[in-house]
Amino acid sequence: MANPSEILARAQRLRMTFETAGAQVVEPPVLQSAETLLDLYGEDIRARAYVTSDALRGEQMLRPDFTVPVVEMHMRQGAEPARYTYAGEVFRRQEHDPDRANEYVQVGYEVFDRDNPAAADAEVFALIAMQMRALPVRAACGDIGILLAAVQGLKTSELRKAALMRHIWRPRRFKALLDRFSGRLPVPEHRQKLLSTEGPISGSAPDIGKRRAADIDDRVAALRADALLPPISENEILALETLLAVRETIPFAVEQLRDVAVDLPSITPALQRLDARVAALRARGIDVDDLDFEASYGRTSMEYYDGFVFGFHANQRPDLPPIATGGRYDALTRHLGQGGEIPAVGGVLRPDLMLLLEEGAQ
Amino acid sequence: MSLKLGVPSKGRLMEKTFDWFAKRGLTLSRTGSDREYAGRVDGIDGIELVLLSAGEIPRELAAGRIHLGVTGTDLVHEKLPRWEQQVEEVAPMGFGYADLVLAVPQFWIDVEGLDDLDAVSARFRAKHGHRMRIATKYHRLVREFLTDAGVADYQLVDSQGATEGTVKNETAEMIADITTTGDTLRANHLKILGDGLVLKSQATLWRSRIAPYETTDKATLNAFRDMLQG
Repeated sequence: MANPSEILARAQRLRMTFETAGAQVVEPPVLQSAETLLDLYGEDIRARAYVTSDALRGEQMLRPDFTVPVVEMHMRQGAEPARYTYAGEVFRRQEHDPDRANEYVQVGYEVFDRDNPAAADAEVFALIAMQMRALPVRAACGDIGILLAAVQGLKTSELRKAALMRHIWRPRRFKALLDRFSGRLPVPEHRQKLLSTEGPISGSAPDIGKRRAADIDDRVAALRADALLPPISENEILALETLLAVRETIPFAVEQLRDVAVDLPSITPALQRLDARVAALRARGIDVDDLDFEASYGRTSMEYYDGFVFGFHANQRPDLPPIATGGRYDALTRHLGQGGEIPAVGGVLRPDLMLLLEEGAQ
Repeated sequence: MSLKLGVPSKGRLMEKTFDWFAKRGLTLSRTGSDREYAGRVDGIDGIELVLLSAGEIPRELAAGRIHLGVTGTDLVHEKLPRWEQQVEEVAPMGFGYADLVLAVPQFWIDVEGLDDLDAVSARFRAKHGHRMRIATKYHRLVREFLTDAGVADYQLVDSQGATEGTVKNETAEMIADITTTGDTLRANHLKILGDGLVLKSQATLWRSRIAPYETTDKATLNAFRDMLQG
């Protein structure tokens, strides 16, 4: 294992490379507002981030990554377009695996640019690929934007689509919702019983708590309306499942996705963005014909990414976390932007793992 | 050296623990005054009795300060990450039954299970501008259960007692708590979610995998296990 000063020295060098590429160095604070992170990730973040507190500021978290503070900083005061780089430690609470590091150094590069998202995607990927070129790693990429477009285009109610969109990043619940909306799962008995009633029916037990009788009547009305809707067609469900399973090198993946677009035409604009990105990657010298594309990539671990996603994984060490990861997070800028928004994409590298792989290669 | 056996220091849990061991030929007793937490074990040589609060027993086992301990499954699972590696389950004891459950107001006629809960929490957050609050003292167990079930937009608020009352007081919208019969839940107009059973708990005898065992301790432990087998 490399020692801490070697890791920091490598981190500084990587950051300088990103500075040379035009990025401004930023140094966000270690302590972040717990409220912001809880608002974004929900209670799950408590399993991943260390929480501390004081009487003045309340709950704070040791930064679990740099993206959120960098976005906040940019949305507050950033000029456009902007490129940022940083190097520093992040902290990850570990509750199950003592072999996983609970603090490590990340070096990142983030681009906030409205002009040409495909070019910005390629810029970030190519810069990181350049740092990885001598290492025994393999890249994979995906595009959450295609999944979002597929769900948006389903011929069903807005409420159902919103429920599916909310769980894009939780594959199990997403699947359960699809099974219900497609009629593959029978309506449970208690639900049938509820649906057989008419009019307002709450009020048999005392009305306690902040969720009021009116809220319950509203939901019952929504459930009754939903029960009258036809199921999502088998055709669309099969197309969606085919889409989620696409896992090929880019040229073959693109071909399969075009087939899916016959049944889910709503993904066509997202596929055009993918084409533009592929062209931009090629222009940057990336061997796109050998680059893996997985339609479900980033669905389980990268909640704020909503477009291009990528990662570099060690060939011989499946036990290691990815050596570098990144992606596009336009929606995050909207969420943290207090009315503003800007297309943004970025990636991070782990110098500790890079040194580890270099040692192993010698 | 001798083996240290930690048991709950008061109440029904202590009495039932004493009875359980008595049936297996081991007499546990408190020594000294009623207020003094000292005790002894008769019927076997080489085991020392340590009286502790049931809530502290998991930590003492994990630290290796006691070799054996009696406490609920719920407390071991909540307080010890990767508990299997720190303690071994020697024997479930058949009392102190309690279920950790999710419970919502009875008048939520539209909520029967986790699917409903997840849908309702999304609507609640949209309407009230904050995540739906679940009062509990079992933060880790409840969070892992809900993460696994893919429930989002909830918030855990700490409640160390009288948890059933938090809904009426509007400091939480629902609760996650231990129940035996469900009577207290019903009395507070709450109902258990159909698939909301987080954990089934009972009093259990545990062995620390961390504590040091000398050769004589191992012999004592074998003799002790033989007695438990009857």
